[in-house]
Amino acid sequence: MNLPPSRVRIRTDQPAVPSSANGTGSVALPDAVTTSAEAHWDTPPEVVFDSREVSVFYGAKQALAGVNLGIRRGQITALIGPSGCGKTTFLRSLNRMNDSVPDFRIEGEILYHGHDIYGGNVDQVEVRRRIGMVFQKPNPFPKSIYDNIAWAPRNLGMRSGLSERVEKALRGAALWDEVKDRLKDSALGLSGGQQQRLCIARAIAIEPDVLLLDEPASALDPIATGAIEDLMHSLKGRFTIVIVTHNMQQAARVADRTAFFSLETGGEKPVGSLIEFDDTERIFSSPRDPRTRDYVTGRFG
Amino acid sequence: MSSTLGSGGFGDRPRAYDPAAPLTPTGNLRRRQIFSKFTEYLATAAAIGAIAVLVIVIYAVVQHGIDAISWDFITKSAPEGVAPALVGSAVIVGIATLIATPLGVLIALYLNEYAGRRAASFVSLTMDVMNGLPAIIVGLFFFTFMVNQKGTLGLGQAGWIAGLALSIIMVPLIARGTQGVLRLIPKSQSEAADALGVARWRTVLSVILPSALGGILTVTILSIARAAGETAPLLLLTSNGDISRVVLNPFEALASGPTRIYTLSEEANPAGFTEAWGLSLLFISFILFASLGARALLARSKRKTSS
Repeated sequence: MNLPPSRVRIRTDQPAVPSSANGTGSVALPDAVTTSAEAHWDTPPEVVFDSREVSVFYGAKQALAGVNLGIRRGQITALIGPSGCGKTTFLRSLNRMNDSVPDFRIEGEILYHGHDIYGGNVDQVEVRRRIGMVFQKPNPFPKSIYDNIAWAPRNLGMRSGLSERVEKALRGAALWDEVKDRLKDSALGLSGGQQQRLCIARAIAIEPDVLLLDEPASALDPIATGAIEDLMHSLKGRFTIVIVTHNMQQAARVADRTAFFSLETGGEKPVGSLIEFDDTERIFSSPRDPRTRDYVTGRFG
Repeated sequence: MSSTLGSGGFGDRPRAYDPAAPLTPTGNLRRRQIFSKFTEYLATAAAIGAIAVLVIVIYAVVQHGIDAISWDFITKSAPEGVAPALVGSAVIVGIATLIATPLGVLIALYLNEYAGRRAASFVSLTMDVMNGLPAIIVGLFFFTFMVNQKGTLGLGQAGWIAGLALSIIMVPLIARGTQGVLRLIPKSQSEAADALGVARWRTVLSVILPSALGGILTVTILSIARAAGETAPLLLLTSNGDISRVVLNPFEALASGPTRIYTLSEEANPAGFTEAWGLSLLFISFILFASLGARALLARSKRKTSS
């Protein structure tokens, strides 16, 4: 059942056509974009990101090699793996946050709704307008709570109904009840967990399509972490979410699908690679790759 | 085997010391400590020396100048007072500040936000060279280019030309200082702004500059204090200012503090010396208070951005 015949590529722009049929037979079937158990769906889930043979270099150092990965709309996709395996690099490549890193270079292509993120006429500001990001360490602006949320809408010309927008974003981030009486206070006075939820509210205030979360709970205590995870569940569906996490239980709790990255020592230097990508349940219960099994059962990493 | 464990050293060699001995200095430790103390005293003495020089200069200025200070001295024109020089300096330095602050801040923004690594290091180097440019050369350039009747433009002496020359001295100070202030703003803030899909210049205007405002103000005040005391360009560009009336028009030659101190101390009249000291006292107090105020301001804005 789970052998090559059942493998189905998930693509939106050419759904049922095998890649060889349109004369591009050289495009390899990406192993990672496969499913084992659900080859019989009626309408294949829409893919937001289609990463094809993505390799990332920082100067001479290769950080990622040949990642093939499809991220589905409205789902939560978790990227897990040991430190230095390139999962954050991959995440930051999805909205071009790596562009500001000196000597950053990317090969292969990342298609976002069929458009190459690194295409010639693509504007990185527009990319980030649609693909928001929340960072490991909460980074609110040294402004009031209200102004933190209102800043981006104001600068993007979404001025009408601004206070409703701010309230909606804060409610969406499950922070409204805690801050509604002190919207004019500095955001720096909030606790770490509240600051992080504020950053999520700030990101969803401009109604992005995708939210990228880079270890959003790693600097928080377990209670604040729980709040962030509940929040992710409530945001799921409305946004496509990609989360990098060190915490495997967290991936198991929140993610629909999980990608396991690891360091591969094929060449002389270890390079981050995608080992396995599948439904979260499958990754944690019956992974196909022994390296995934070793990692999720705690035998290394 | 057992001897290795017994002696506690590497292989069979015994340890060079007895671990159970009292913890007082042994070997050459005493000598090393004496040398270490000696260097410490030397460094401390150098620091105290620097403070002593400043204190002696200030003491001399206060001692000689305090007698000249009076309300008339500050508010009246020559021969009773030095008001034209104070006002003239304010106008000249004001013009210099208006020119240099936006330029310096823009250069710092370029260095911090836009420039590639090589361009940034080249421009930084240029700023440092400009900062080291002798003021008399700046003065000479503007004298030949603009002031000298036989020179390129031949405009004659004017306060605004002196202001222009002083702005050349202020720009590198403001640019480098502001660059330092901008570096203090956490990278995570511009990253947060970037991730929200807002264009860079809007981020600069509404996130970065507000955070840096206190620091920029401080840097500007410090460079004003420096420029206010510059004498060389003023001697060439605006030395013929009228000292008998207060002039505000920058298109005339303006009296100024430094040139007035210079001419007063050249006078045959011994009272001129006292007046020169008095004017010096006014200037040194301004510079001192400006610097201290700027420091306090900077400390405050640092606390605000880092908390």
